[in-house]
Amino acid sequence: MLSRIFAIAKKEIKQLRRDTRMLFIIFFFPVVLLIIFGYAINFDVKHIKIAVYDQDKSDYTRNYINGLISSDYFDLVTYVEDSNEIKRLLDEKVVQTVLVFPPDLSKKLMSKQDVKVQYLIDGVDGSTASVIQNYVNAATYTYSIDLTKEYLAVNGKNIYVPIDLQPRFWFNPELQSTKFLIPGLMGMILIVTAVISISLSIVREKERGTIEQINVSPLSSLEFIHGKTVPYIFISLINATIVLAAGYVLFGIVIKGNIFLLLFGTMVFLFAALGLGIFISTVADSQQVAFQAANVTSLLPSFILSGFIFPIETMPQAIQILTNITPAKFYVIILRAILLRGAGVSAFWEQLIYLGIFGTIFITLATIIDKRSRGKN
Amino acid sequence: MKTIYHFIIKELLQVKRDKKMLVIIFMAPILQLIFLGYAANMDVDIVHTTILDQDKTETSRNYITRLLETGYFQIDYYAKDYDEITNLLNDGRTLVSIVIPKDFEKRIKRRETAPVQAIFEGSDASKASIALGYIQGVTTKFSQNLVLETKDKPGMKSPLSGSIIPEPRVWYNPEMKSRIFMVPGILGLVLMISTISLMSMAIVREREIGTMEQLIVTPVKTYQLLLGKLIPFTLIGFVILVIVMIIMTQWFGIIVRGNKLFLVFAAFLFVLSNLGIGLFISTVSKTQQQAMMASVFAVMMPMIYLSGFAFPIENMPQFFQYITYAIPLRYFITILRGVVLKGIGISSLWVETLILFGMGVSLLIISSMRFSKKIE
Repeated sequence: MLSRIFAIAKKEIKQLRRDTRMLFIIFFFPVVLLIIFGYAINFDVKHIKIAVYDQDKSDYTRNYINGLISSDYFDLVTYVEDSNEIKRLLDEKVVQTVLVFPPDLSKKLMSKQDVKVQYLIDGVDGSTASVIQNYVNAATYTYSIDLTKEYLAVNGKNIYVPIDLQPRFWFNPELQSTKFLIPGLMGMILIVTAVISISLSIVREKERGTIEQINVSPLSSLEFIHGKTVPYIFISLINATIVLAAGYVLFGIVIKGNIFLLLFGTMVFLFAALGLGIFISTVADSQQVAFQAANVTSLLPSFILSGFIFPIETMPQAIQILTNITPAKFYVIILRAILLRGAGVSAFWEQLIYLGIFGTIFITLATIIDKRSRGKN
Repeated sequence: MKTIYHFIIKELLQVKRDKKMLVIIFMAPILQLIFLGYAANMDVDIVHTTILDQDKTETSRNYITRLLETGYFQIDYYAKDYDEITNLLNDGRTLVSIVIPKDFEKRIKRRETAPVQAIFEGSDASKASIALGYIQGVTTKFSQNLVLETKDKPGMKSPLSGSIIPEPRVWYNPEMKSRIFMVPGILGLVLMISTISLMSMAIVREREIGTMEQLIVTPVKTYQLLLGKLIPFTLIGFVILVIVMIIMTQWFGIIVRGNKLFLVFAAFLFVLSNLGIGLFISTVSKTQQQAMMASVFAVMMPMIYLSGFAFPIENMPQFFQYITYAIPLRYFITILRGVVLKGIGISSLWVETLILFGMGVSLLIISSMRFSKKIE
């Protein structure tokens, strides 16, 4: 039995080795994706483009504006002279927020009244908008306190800041998104490679008709599937190593936990992912169908449902249940625990068991369907 | 003309006969849009908070009440000491622990500065920084009130100076919900994925199965063959577009504020450029497996990340911002969000529309030139 599995695996590896283009894509592009992820993807909202409609033009407003733009957070793009222009600026995304000073600002301040300054914020991206809102609130209160301070100083009194907020970020002191995202990216790359490549490589035999030669040979379905799977496990493991190595070289991400545990977790995950791929390949008759099915089950779900970027606990209940269809969700938890926190098996044994069951179910289903379809022929 | 027509019929018949294909082509976009539309949500509505109040005075309680009044904070634990906080953070059971020091009230009364610590489980950087924003907001406001209060105390008699109150107004999406931002984006993604993956396999498939050779010996001209592939896929892309638009407006109840016809037109241009990309992949690949891997890793994944769908382009370094100019999805998403959320039309979006048109046409021309009716 082993020798037959080995024979199939050898054939598959030979085929793969001849296909250098394919190998290039599989091994090179994950690194490109990692670079995009590490450098381009950033949730820190800085350099907010701001326009000012200053109807007061006093020392107060000038100081206020200087305070804003001396920080990293705001970049002054333009002054608005006419309220009609505001809509155009926001509509065309020239600026993200427009600051409006009322005409009587300095008059009111001098007569010790409160003044409102308006911020018109582009809310299309809700989460950026809420960050901007926080910034402008904080900036304005700070300026207000400064004003009071100055005022009291003139009257021979001084003021103090009652509370000093000291934020500390554990596990990720520089608040890098990369560290958090790399496990997700790894999961995504591995599942796409595993599901797509295994399902296509089996369906290809069907499409070209070579499956019939295999059917008449003494190979059993299980041997055939195993032989097909082994090479892809290696490819996926090499892929995982490349991504981790690139993460270390480019972004200094070290594996905090046990490396063998990581290997074990990855194997279990691959078992589940390949199970899904094998299942798709027994159902699909053409590579086109297999590709679409693999896309639906792996590409977007591993991106959106895995908790990789969008937190699962904010999803509606029904969708939270649905997230269990993607093995990537569980792998992301395992990876984050090992890579970021250096946690041991106790932190993720449930995920390991789930992945094991997931893979077994799909492989069993696939074997049953495969046997039936062979019986038909 | 007649030859092209026959080709279109053949292509559509093939899709129609392949029941599995038919189901997956049309069901996949629907299911993806619905499920992912609900799932893609970056709002931080609830901040799981632990409080370590070492002071337990009126002032510290007031501060906690101010936090709770915002509605963002859910206090899961009141910790007794630092060890408890450490455990909660290590296990990821709380996002932030706020530590109020022992002499909090005393210091404030003495007009000294009291430090308040906010310790975050920082692995999710974006969540942590949004939560920090909430805490900062509350704290600055609380601080300012304290200053004003002490000034009011009898004996001090210093009159209130005026202060400036910020009044943020959020346009287009006043509740700052991410769904109305995300669903149009996902619509773009789904449309891109289904059209690119269909087209990228179209020609390489005929090659792999061997039917290409039959086509080569027939008198069919190259352009007829290409149009015979492109037209049916454009039609399919159009049907998918109509379906996903209906789902966006009817299922999610997202109102298109601008001109729907313009949106459909822009989507059509977008489909053209996707087909151009797909055709290109199909002509450079030797096997369907190659075509798939190339379209997923080299085209779709980078485009998803760099399109501004979830990660704001403004936050990227300059170099990557330049790359995004080469991505059709970027322009389509800008148009989608502009029309759907802002209600703007071609007068503000003509640049994006023109670029999309140019990309579609040039991509199709380049890939058609690469395509040759030859045996390799």
